[in-house]
Amino acid sequence: MKNEDVPQDLKHLNTFTKELIYATKSDGSYNTLLSSGWNVKYSALELVWGDIYETLRDIKEQVNKDEVSPILFLMKWRLMDIQTLSSYTGFWRWTIKRHFKPNVYKKLSDKILLRYANSFQISLEELKNININDFHF
Amino acid sequence: MTSTFNHIQSAHCENGVTSNLLNHHGVTNIDEPLAFGIGSGLFFIYVPFLTFSNGPAIAFRTLPGKIFARTCKLLDIPIYSKRFSSPKKAKEYLDDFLNQNKFVGVQVGVFYLPYFPKEYRFHFNAHNIIVYGKENGNYLVSDPVMETTTSLSSEELERVRFSKGVFAPQGYMYFPKNKTEVTTEQVKKAIILGIRRNARDMLYLPGGIAGVSGINFMGRRIKKWRDKLGLRKAGLNLANLVRMQEEIGTGGGGFRYIYAAFLQKAYTFYPAHDELLKVADLLTKSGDLWRDSAVQASGMYKGRITEQVDFDTMGDYLLEIADIEKKAFKSLREIQWKK
Repeated sequence: MKNEDVPQDLKHLNTFTKELIYATKSDGSYNTLLSSGWNVKYSALELVWGDIYETLRDIKEQVNKDEVSPILFLMKWRLMDIQTLSSYTGFWRWTIKRHFKPNVYKKLSDKILLRYANSFQISLEELKNININDFHF
Repeated sequence: MTSTFNHIQSAHCENGVTSNLLNHHGVTNIDEPLAFGIGSGLFFIYVPFLTFSNGPAIAFRTLPGKIFARTCKLLDIPIYSKRFSSPKKAKEYLDDFLNQNKFVGVQVGVFYLPYFPKEYRFHFNAHNIIVYGKENGNYLVSDPVMETTTSLSSEELERVRFSKGVFAPQGYMYFPKNKTEVTTEQVKKAIILGIRRNARDMLYLPGGIAGVSGINFMGRRIKKWRDKLGLRKAGLNLANLVRMQEEIGTGGGGFRYIYAAFLQKAYTFYPAHDELLKVADLLTKSGDLWRDSAVQASGMYKGRITEQVDFDTMGDYLLEIADIEKKAFKSLREIQWKK
């Protein structure tokens, strides 16, 4: 990529830092310059986030219909998969899957809930009084 | 107590940490491209059956931690490194080294990294930063991808050092043991070994999912995505490919440009080897094609171009790239090194 082709597409997403890009001068030798971003990359990121929000809206509906527990919702909200949640909480994967069932979830002790709360970086109180409809996407 | 620390921004976190740490330990002749090349950083792998943040696992670089370890090893620099099971111990060790005025490389997860904007925070655990001091209970942090230095509270640092999931850092920390100097001869030797290993990794790893054959494999798969996965899923996969390739830290074109810069740098050590410059041009070409393919992909996942012929074009980009990189690394491998 030539120096003059380094994109400088500024977006609100990337106000925190400019990134260093390796590009070539007119004689073909490399130097570095700062780029404020690239639209192609932003659109990829936007698509991925759009997909995450869509999944969250689906799960929100399911929670409201009492088909799944808020644990599944919070897991997706924190972008985790079961594997990651399993290593944060220390629960087996099948245990976590059980906790996705609303009936099982309602009977969980504070001790177990606290491990979930800690993994999601919210307080136990917040987890117990969670209102899924407060989350907007 | 803080000692003077020079923050240098780099494209990629691990290269940056490596060259910054070396710089502060008396090794001033290793910059980012050299660290990347000597550490044999360039790679490609596509593992279709593993998912990683909602997409197939794709990587354009070697395993996290390898660049630092290999670079130091080839330059005969003894390193200290340690993982921890207890966050408390990890903090004690770190504090201890900071008290001795050490600058410490630390592996962290980005998901809870407060100075990253939310949009960039995924469960990616192989980020690297340097902790270079402590002030009023806060840790002073040099993150190589940032323009300036920043700081983290004790709790924040603990959280990111003990993030969980794939490549969980487990409080991993590392630094060169002593101040040393590296001679030009050592650098020259390391360059050859780094290039040889990188050529091997790109050309001869078995399995068909890594290196040049991995790129080939993915190119062939992409052509089938439209029928097999449907437009939505195929689009997401393509977006993930673009993200991995152009994510902050790659220097553009999935690290291909940094590697080309390394080869030009290598040429200054081996002016008799014009081949190095020729291969650098090939990799520049390959980086450009990767970026062209990203433009093509973006048209596809935005739903502008979604016919089978567009998927074929996308796949062909990768096949062409595979061809070029095969040629590039073949000629690197065939170099008869002269003093």
